[in-house]
Amino acid sequence: MATYKFIDHKFDVVVVGAGGSGLRAALGCAQAGLKTACVTKVFPTRSHTVAAQGGISASLGNMGEDDWRWHMYDTVKGSDWLGDQDAIEYLCHNAPAAVYELEHWGVPFSRTPEGKIYQRAFGGMTRNFGEAPIQRTCAAADRTGHAMLHTMYGQSLANDTEFFIEYFALDLIMDDGVCRGVTAWKLDDGTLHRFQAQLVILATGGYGRAFFSATSAHTCTGDGNAMVLRAGLPLQDMEFVQFHPTGIYGAGCLITEGARGEGGYLTNSEGERFMERYAPSVKDLAPRDMVSRAMTVEIREGRGVGPNKDHIFLHLDHLDPKILHQRLPGISESARVFSGVDVTKQPIPVLPTVHYNMGGIPTNFYSEVVTRLGDDPDKVVPGLMAVGEAACVSVHGANRLGSNSLIDLVVFGRSAALRAADTIKPGATQPELKPAHTDAHLSRFDKLRNASGGTPTAALRLEMQKAMQEEAAVFRTNDSLVSGVKRLQVVHDKRADLHVADRGLVWNTDLMETLELDNLIGQAAVTVNGAANRTESRGAHAREDFPDRNDDEWMKHTLAWFDDATGKVKIDYRPVHKFTMTDDIAYIEPKARVY
Amino acid sequence: MVQLSLPKNSRVTKGRHHAAPAGAKNVKTFRIYRYDPEGNENPRWDTYDVDLDACGPMVLDVLIHIKNTMDPTLAFRRSCREGVCGSCAMNIGGRNTLACTHGYAEVPGREVQISPLPSMPVVKDLIPDLTMFYAQYASIEPWLHTKTPEPQTEWIQSPEDREKLDGLYECILCACCTTSCPSYWWNGDKYLGPAALLHAYRWLIDSRDEATGERLDELEDPFKLYRCHTIMNCAQVCPKGLNPAKAIAEVKKMLADRVI
Repeated sequence: MATYKFIDHKFDVVVVGAGGSGLRAALGCAQAGLKTACVTKVFPTRSHTVAAQGGISASLGNMGEDDWRWHMYDTVKGSDWLGDQDAIEYLCHNAPAAVYELEHWGVPFSRTPEGKIYQRAFGGMTRNFGEAPIQRTCAAADRTGHAMLHTMYGQSLANDTEFFIEYFALDLIMDDGVCRGVTAWKLDDGTLHRFQAQLVILATGGYGRAFFSATSAHTCTGDGNAMVLRAGLPLQDMEFVQFHPTGIYGAGCLITEGARGEGGYLTNSEGERFMERYAPSVKDLAPRDMVSRAMTVEIREGRGVGPNKDHIFLHLDHLDPKILHQRLPGISESARVFSGVDVTKQPIPVLPTVHYNMGGIPTNFYSEVVTRLGDDPDKVVPGLMAVGEAACVSVHGANRLGSNSLIDLVVFGRSAALRAADTIKPGATQPELKPAHTDAHLSRFDKLRNASGGTPTAALRLEMQKAMQEEAAVFRTNDSLVSGVKRLQVVHDKRADLHVADRGLVWNTDLMETLELDNLIGQAAVTVNGAANRTESRGAHAREDFPDRNDDEWMKHTLAWFDDATGKVKIDYRPVHKFTMTDDIAYIEPKARVY
Repeated sequence: MVQLSLPKNSRVTKGRHHAAPAGAKNVKTFRIYRYDPEGNENPRWDTYDVDLDACGPMVLDVLIHIKNTMDPTLAFRRSCREGVCGSCAMNIGGRNTLACTHGYAEVPGREVQISPLPSMPVVKDLIPDLTMFYAQYASIEPWLHTKTPEPQTEWIQSPEDREKLDGLYECILCACCTTSCPSYWWNGDKYLGPAALLHAYRWLIDSRDEATGERLDELEDPFKLYRCHTIMNCAQVCPKGLNPAKAIAEVKKMLADRVI
């Protein structure tokens, strides 16, 4: 093996990732007087938060009465009772303050005639515990994530957050069960770095690119999730993968749910507004899992549109062009560029597309990473936190409601920073790192860098993506999932035969994509294994052979460990928290999830 | 007359040719700038005969197709692939734009030539060093400055005042505009360039911001702002359809109004 030398850094906190949750966490830690580094593989404003469109949920009540308890009820019901209600209470109760904070930082929210933050309707958001749709989603036109991310990056500059940009994180430095830092590869000069810290906060996002067609960016490879798996820790509820109903047919780019929030609707080949049949009370504003299933059923039963009857139409052409221009300018442009459609005149061809991972690194509502140790299902992993899409708090349970992810980023980014300030001391002494802590990081890096087998990275990635797309789709069966498990095992085994053509160290994107593929393989494996194991239907996990939710047996979180050497997955469970955080609201008892 | 030419080690040479797979019927040639900082070779132009039937319509689709099937060593930045992250800005057919939203069919001529954004140091292949660009953006203090104690809820902003931010806040910091500006090529160390100035105006015109005077003071400088000579390349290339030149003109007007 070539010799590699680390360049050392010492911080109180290292945040990995600079999307919405990473920036919020880093900012809060810096404000609390902790020496904080934010390490990111892309320049902060290029993180995928930038692509969030429709908005951020919070019960501000700017468009009529609202209550955080209603928001909580909707989130619990949306999660199909897999969400932890203490965490959901924390989210919904703290949401309004988090949105006001963003506004005070300068986010250019759209406005009501009185000059308040404009809020739009979104799927599954209702008034008075499910009565009727409500406008709760705060929007900056249809560029809310972009507006938030740029504003938060500006705010980070105002607070002198220390960034390490275009550093690719390799692995967690683990010392007898305690996280002591992270190693990273600096792309623009090829050097390797060791970031020592009292606390590592993973804010590395989702892994949508494990699938063939995703709204997710190319960079959404769940690197933090994979680092956790390699550290011998489990991921939680990975079988729950959200398909967004309206990805552009072919290109897969996102068309916001806000399009339906502003009055858009879906039709099949008969011109029927079919959602009226599936969700009579909220129709096109049903939660995403339900709409995606309805669309899939329509297509399967021969009522898809287009020459191959393989997609659905989203109509905005009945809306006032002025409203489209004002509230949905971004998706009007996307529809023109990627499907050649003028939304004022024609429907947009759409298809359910992989969009979000409800699963991730298990945490409590302080954002501390937890694992199961013997009888303790909530054992905190010292030195490690996770926030954002990478984390599974779990507030989204089996299905996330639209606009609940942006609020998740800032509420839990903040909670992580508050917890960091409470639990560590600025400048506290840190134990010396030993080579043994990072030897495995280097050998993995070197092995992949010099990979000289017969399988190009792109070929193996495609094989994995096709397997996931075909076997772990909107509807799943035992046959498909057993086949998926087998195909992922084959992909895992072929990893030994990878070929990397670029041997350099500076901006070696061939190697970076290979490291990312390696990261994706473990996550894909725990996803299909978790899905095969869960013999019920809940939220986004729809089993045709087990069509009902089974609370007696399955109201529990899946924990999945991955053996990197063999590709085998081990499964255990954590109970769902059947209690709230305070006495302000009682536990919401499970019932049938109909809209 | 003074003769200017590139130093020997930066002259771009003729590079390698990558042929299309046998049987490809719909082939187009892409001429791509290559530079490996770890080798001893000069930069070069590699040519790739791409089977268009095997890839999507955008230039980014072509680049990914090349990387996946013809030459994995080709390096470029990319992320969202839908025109909002600004990663894949490059010069395509002589024009700065985003590879992900620019169709190769829109590029005139038989070949499509692709090079990194002009005027910035090249790190590798199509990847420029944007350190200066980011520093200039940070220098305009892109955050809300307020002095009045914050309200319990949101600052009130009328829809009309909010509308003034349209055409400004949508900027994705791709650097297409700044690196297309001849004035920036010449004075890039002192002139802030169109992107940073567009953002300066975005905060100047925000009804919630209370640092208008200080912001204008910072910009009142022979170089930072006034090196804009309304060449308008910025407005012509912006992939988001924004008009930085107009924003700059508005800042100049604000400064002139202040004097009067």
